[in-house]
Amino acid sequence: MKRQGIAEALRDGIAEEMTRDPAVFCIGEDIGVPGGWGGAFTVTLGLAEKFPGRIIDTPIAELGFTGMAVGAAMMGMRPIADMQYGDFLFLASDQLINNAAKMRYMSGGTVKVPMVMRAPIGATGRGSQHAQSMERYFTGVPGLKVVAVSNAYDAKGILKAAVRDDNPVMIFEHKLLYGSKGARAEPGAVDATSEIPDEDYVVPLDRAAVRREGKHVTILGWLLMTHYAMAAATLLAAEGIEAEVIDVRSLSPIDYDTIGASLRKTGRVIIVEEGPKTGGVSAEIAAGIMEHCSDSLMAPVVRVASPDVPVPFTPILENAYRPDVPRIVEAARRLAQN
Amino acid sequence: MTKSSSPAAAHDRAFALKFYEQMVLIREFEERVKFLFLEGTMPGTIHQCQGQEATAVGVCAALRSDDFITSTFRGHGHALAKGLTVQEMLDELFGATTGCCKGKGGSMHMGNMDKGMVPGIAIVAGGIPLAAGMALAFKLQRRPQVVACFFGDGAVAEGAFHEGVNMAAIWDLPVILVCENNLYGASTRIDKVMKNPRVSDRAASYGFRGETVDGNDVLTVYAAAQRAAEECRAGKGPVLLELLTYRRTGHSRRDACHYQAKDEREAWFARDPIERFAVQLLARGDVSQSDLDAIKADIDQQITTGVENAKQAPQPTLADLTTDVFA
Repeated sequence: MKRQGIAEALRDGIAEEMTRDPAVFCIGEDIGVPGGWGGAFTVTLGLAEKFPGRIIDTPIAELGFTGMAVGAAMMGMRPIADMQYGDFLFLASDQLINNAAKMRYMSGGTVKVPMVMRAPIGATGRGSQHAQSMERYFTGVPGLKVVAVSNAYDAKGILKAAVRDDNPVMIFEHKLLYGSKGARAEPGAVDATSEIPDEDYVVPLDRAAVRREGKHVTILGWLLMTHYAMAAATLLAAEGIEAEVIDVRSLSPIDYDTIGASLRKTGRVIIVEEGPKTGGVSAEIAAGIMEHCSDSLMAPVVRVASPDVPVPFTPILENAYRPDVPRIVEAARRLAQN
Repeated sequence: MTKSSSPAAAHDRAFALKFYEQMVLIREFEERVKFLFLEGTMPGTIHQCQGQEATAVGVCAALRSDDFITSTFRGHGHALAKGLTVQEMLDELFGATTGCCKGKGGSMHMGNMDKGMVPGIAIVAGGIPLAAGMALAFKLQRRPQVVACFFGDGAVAEGAFHEGVNMAAIWDLPVILVCENNLYGASTRIDKVMKNPRVSDRAASYGFRGETVDGNDVLTVYAAAQRAAEECRAGKGPVLLELLTYRRTGHSRRDACHYQAKDEREAWFARDPIERFAVQLLARGDVSQSDLDAIKADIDQQITTGVENAKQAPQPTLADLTTDVFA
């Protein structure tokens, strides 16, 4: 066992998969430059020296290198593509949505696209274009699996499961959770370290995880919001409200078994989402709850999300934008009384 | 024309006739598909390649069976030239489970991985980064294969062209970038969208070789594609091959091509790739008009049989709607 942050755990996971399978390689911007960063958040630091020729630095060409990952995957490789900031996925969307996601179906099941796309998201002092929560744009695309990692254990296990999966998998990471050190460290970062086993393990791509058990209200979150929900649960416990916290983790497909089991206990649910309320993943989850487990509901579904505005720069406004612990606590208090 | 002056005489008789047969197959296939579409018996939409047969046949003849091609929404000719059967294609067009993509692809997404053809990429230029990635895989795997990436003149204006071509260039990837320049992107003529209409000139700016050849002369296309394939296989790729050609039919469906000038159409129709090659073949001295007529008759019969079969081919059940989403 060793204690690691998400960046280190992902790095080890990538290295282990590259050692295990020669078809695995990394492609992206600034990921293997000698003397460079190892990607914008240090995830691939040192891997270029360890795996010569298999950490491929690309020009600044997100559409291009994503398409190359799709093509390479179709020819038997298992690329791990690194999108420096999630926001740049808009540039790559044609290749992800029109090619990676649909190739299996429109070929009548004869083509496989075993690729991984990693992308960091989150409002972190960078203004509107390096901050968006991008997962919502991909969860509604049939043919893509979408996951979000909130701690180092999951990050490594999900990365490995994604590399071994025969389908395109998008892994969303949060800039405040990497635990990147030195010049790449983030102000406002949250501790997302885990005890990492020495042996090989995977975390399934389709399961939510109960992070804290409780009986009065269920709080659903992912990425940074899982951590805020946990902090809120601690405060709520002091008031006698026992919150069950679930890390949704798998955003497509959504694990309604785990969510439903929790709702049968609590009958009340809050969905916390960083990102504008309109059209978010929380809207999908709310609708899914109505379809799968509305019998358990004793009160209407509550959402805590960002307002429908672009992500602002100035810290005062950015902090007001992002759901925080007090807003989650307040929503839970009201819901518990309902 | 004397026997020795025919370019077709440089090739074995059977080999040369195969080129002719493939071009006629593509032409007749497209003509029948057009009829079926207009008749209303075949579902979907169509983007056809009558007049461009020499590009598909010339390029694919220069490839090995385990080389790959990527194609576009106008891919019937590429598919036939890469060895897909008339039957698997007609079945696909009729939406049958016996089609090359089980009826889930349709006209724009014809493909068969076993025959080296990725399902057609119907987003303009979308196949270019994809093909570069396939070539990257071949390079990483040290496999001696090449990819021929077909696209039209319209794709050159897309960002994907620049990104994919640039990366193919910096890593010397084995991709033959085949631009079928038929002068029109949908209804827009290239002189409205290109300051320099010589597409192959762009290769130099990326640091590799480009070449423009007569895309309506199948042997010229074949020779250029052979050179390109050899260079790619020797690690000296990519190569940009611009093939000048002309689309005899509309961009799609019922497009009547009113935007094509009459004199332009006439000039290009006079350079029809099949008619020109027939003249070359007849000049050899060992090919007669009745040989050529017999080839066409065989093909017509093959297609007629194929259509009859396709109309009877099994349609998917509704359970097939939700299969093949994930591997």
